[in-house]
Amino acid sequence: MNDDLMDYDEVIARFDPVLGLEVHVELNTASKMFCSCSTGFGGEPNSQTCPVCLGLPGSLPVVNGKAVESAIRIGLSLNCSIATWCRFARKNYFYPDMTKDFQTSQYDEPICFDGHVELEVDGDMFEIPIERAHMEEDAGKSLHMGGSTGRLAGADYSLLDYNRAGVPLIEIVTKPVYGTGAKAPEVAKAYVSFLRDMMKALGVSDVRMEQGSLRCDANVSLMAKGSTTLGTRTETKNVNSLRSIEKALRYEICRQGAILAAGGRVTQETRHWLETTEVTAPGRSKEQAEDYRYFPEPDLVPIAPSSQWVEELRATIPEVPAQRQARLREEWGYTDVDMQAVVAAQGVDLIAATIDAGASPQSARKWWMSELARRANALGIDLEELPITPTQVAQVQELVEEGAINDKIARTVIEAVIAGEGTPREIVSARGLGIVSDSSALIEAVDAAIAGNEDAAAKIREGKTAAVGALIGAVMKSMKGQADAGAVRELILERLTTLGNTD
Amino acid sequence: MSLIHESAESLGKLIASGDISSQEVTQAYVDRIESAEPDIHAFLFVDTERALAQAKSVDARLAAGEKLGPLAGVPIGIKDVFAYTGAPTTCGSRILEGWVPPYTATVVQKILDAGMVILGKTNMDEFAMGSSTENSAYGPTHNPWDLTRIPGGSGGGSAAALAGFEAPLTLGSDTGGSIRQPAAVTGTVGVKPTYGGASRYGLIAMASSLDQPGPCARTVTDTALLHSVIGGHDPHDSTSIPGPIPDVVKAAKTRDVAGMKIGIVKELGGEGYAPGVSLRFQEAVEALAHAGAEIVEVSCPHFDLALGAYYLIMPSEASSNLARFDAMRYGLRVGDDGTKSAEQVMRLTREAGFGQEVKRRIILGTYALSSGYYDAYYGSAQKARTLIIADFTAAFEKVDVLVSPTTPSTAFTLGERVDDPLAMYKADLCTIPSNMAGNVSGSFPAGLAPEDGLPVGFQVMAPPMRDDLVYRVGGAVETALETAWGHTMLAPLVKETR
Repeated sequence: MNDDLMDYDEVIARFDPVLGLEVHVELNTASKMFCSCSTGFGGEPNSQTCPVCLGLPGSLPVVNGKAVESAIRIGLSLNCSIATWCRFARKNYFYPDMTKDFQTSQYDEPICFDGHVELEVDGDMFEIPIERAHMEEDAGKSLHMGGSTGRLAGADYSLLDYNRAGVPLIEIVTKPVYGTGAKAPEVAKAYVSFLRDMMKALGVSDVRMEQGSLRCDANVSLMAKGSTTLGTRTETKNVNSLRSIEKALRYEICRQGAILAAGGRVTQETRHWLETTEVTAPGRSKEQAEDYRYFPEPDLVPIAPSSQWVEELRATIPEVPAQRQARLREEWGYTDVDMQAVVAAQGVDLIAATIDAGASPQSARKWWMSELARRANALGIDLEELPITPTQVAQVQELVEEGAINDKIARTVIEAVIAGEGTPREIVSARGLGIVSDSSALIEAVDAAIAGNEDAAAKIREGKTAAVGALIGAVMKSMKGQADAGAVRELILERLTTLGNTD
Repeated sequence: MSLIHESAESLGKLIASGDISSQEVTQAYVDRIESAEPDIHAFLFVDTERALAQAKSVDARLAAGEKLGPLAGVPIGIKDVFAYTGAPTTCGSRILEGWVPPYTATVVQKILDAGMVILGKTNMDEFAMGSSTENSAYGPTHNPWDLTRIPGGSGGGSAAALAGFEAPLTLGSDTGGSIRQPAAVTGTVGVKPTYGGASRYGLIAMASSLDQPGPCARTVTDTALLHSVIGGHDPHDSTSIPGPIPDVVKAAKTRDVAGMKIGIVKELGGEGYAPGVSLRFQEAVEALAHAGAEIVEVSCPHFDLALGAYYLIMPSEASSNLARFDAMRYGLRVGDDGTKSAEQVMRLTREAGFGQEVKRRIILGTYALSSGYYDAYYGSAQKARTLIIADFTAAFEKVDVLVSPTTPSTAFTLGERVDDPLAMYKADLCTIPSNMAGNVSGSFPAGLAPEDGLPVGFQVMAPPMRDDLVYRVGGAVETALETAWGHTMLAPLVKETR
């Protein structure tokens, strides 16, 4: 079934989109929200479970203090007020991946509320009002077996994996976001991007959208121009990348626009973003709102963070990533284009750490954005996943600046670091790469040999490298054999070609 | 007297001194269970082999000179609401038939750590919902005083096992009176500790904010000894109180109420109470006055709201706590023939696995929590709860403890109230306020009602974390009454079982 779509600009000319974004952030605490089971991703099914997260009869939850700390820090980073007293609540519904058939969540007493986030999108400023950020537990996963699609329909049987059951989540909910106009999809994308960067800066989550540690449900409705009555919204789930958020919202805006323009009514429903066909498709209808029968969780005591603790946590809140980027761009003297490339490659922290370890901003950028970016790209991994540390990169640059190695050798050294051979200095010394540099005596000997064998030197400059043998012999003789012939050869060739190179 | 008639305290001493072995005691109880069960049906599972092995191990440890606690080697029955590794745990329900927990409740673990011997699991109303054990899916328990009578509930199995000399101690749980009302109608002792005084971890929940594990025994000191074994903070239960519990054993042995102020709750007595109940209650009060306590009448006007509020809060929490019995992970599964959806299997399993009373409370609670009705039902009930707490607080500013009959009548006949839930609910009229407020409360034998010759219970309520006061008053009642009678409460039953 193909939806009728209205031209995007035409929709925007007639309607104002109103956004509502619900983002689930999976915390990176070592243990689950209410028990001591590991939260590790990708474990053998049901290997990370216990009576508590399996909801066995008689078991009881105990709140993970670290998760509460993360929740408060997230709230503070979103300019929220922090509750002085709040409770968990039970959200009751039957589903096989819910071990207790209720989710322990928060309802009318969220730990964080009334915040806001400021975003810049293409030079325009937008304020996203935050309604709340609350704590809850994740559910397990159903695996539908035997069908061709992996979906429930058509499956022969289902398997349940409860490793994820009880992993701590923070749900961040915006108030309705008005006034984003044609930029609604970009604003939504920028907001989620902001959350991703902020959570990362806070160190509270891995924020990997593809692994589900950051999930976004995008609500949108259309309000007729000049009207103050909200339209009927749809909620689109399964938007698992920043790009999809923008595309899914653009699609929904065009779809709803077509319905309204034709005099129809938008159905309030949950829709799913289909990555392959780039359309949204209806999920379960929300016409009959489910009654979750929320009530305060009697198995847990209220949470009452002291103002002293909240202030201590406030002091740990990092700078807003966008502001930090602007500040660093200034400090490092990068161009806008350069900085955008660094941000896009998620290289800000790596470069900052490399600079902290002694490298200049330009050299740090050079290594990370060229040689290392190329290698990460070839391996299909993120920069930060490369097995080389900013300190090691700084050391490579230090070796270059000392004159111990040149750029070409530096690349060999980097390759060796990534291969796990040790630190740059260890590699240079173990492989004898630095022999060229280690004594100025060697360089003197080379220069002396060149000066003393002008004929051979001239031939080499002309490209007749076979003549190098005579020079190597001369150097080895003056060094009394205390040099690596290969390195000497390389040094001679390098000095002659470099010296002769005029560009 | 044979071994089975001894108090737990004296059995513990005999075992510790080496006069008898835990194996002899355990064997005596195993034999008694075998002969009594056809009549009483107090047990759902008798763990004979493991019990004898535990007894043997304690004997060996004592022989090796190890110093163990006062109840080491003493047998105990565990209400089937507690998880105990390796023993089927049903909660008296078909829906858990065959489930063997892979973990052990904290209070049960404390019992094992004290070197006690677990005889088995005792019968109960399904999911602790009832006042007669008639709601057990595995058949009712009979009252040893009169086998045609109910033993109380939900912990009727635990109470009948004591009165029938099938165990010297039992573990119970009390949500609205499930320890105290069975104690009252079987002539035994039962205490509901302060909420949070004993861990709920491994106690299969009916209503989390009301449930509390507690000790059951035949004497006040025995009850206190078990209380001190199971009590105390548990990091696995967020609602458990940090810090030590009061010295209840010392309090039980004090037997002195001189100078104490004791308040009779005006609202819990009079019309609607059986004449024998009122009579024995009055006698117990007089005995306390004689022993030097000052008796005053106290009004707790909001106690009248307790039963109604309880029947909103308890089912609300129960409807959520019992959701997990959905056939997906353990227990009964009905309709799994490859053609039905998970939701259909859940439906069919819950339809077949839960009994009438459980369904009634799930429906009641689901309704009370539903949107649009929440404020009127659950919300108002919580307000009533606050008023009941305020009544207690005000009363405890005037008196040290409050007293009342434990239950308005003596044991009724099996079948008498099964079709009249409201009449059944009224059995817990006097016990519910303490669950609503979370304070400590115990039931102590007060003699037999003249009209039917059945036991009457005397309830003592004290402020939270003053469990010692309940034992102090209970101990004094026990001494005064048994001195007056010239025999123990259970003496008439001892004769029968000799």
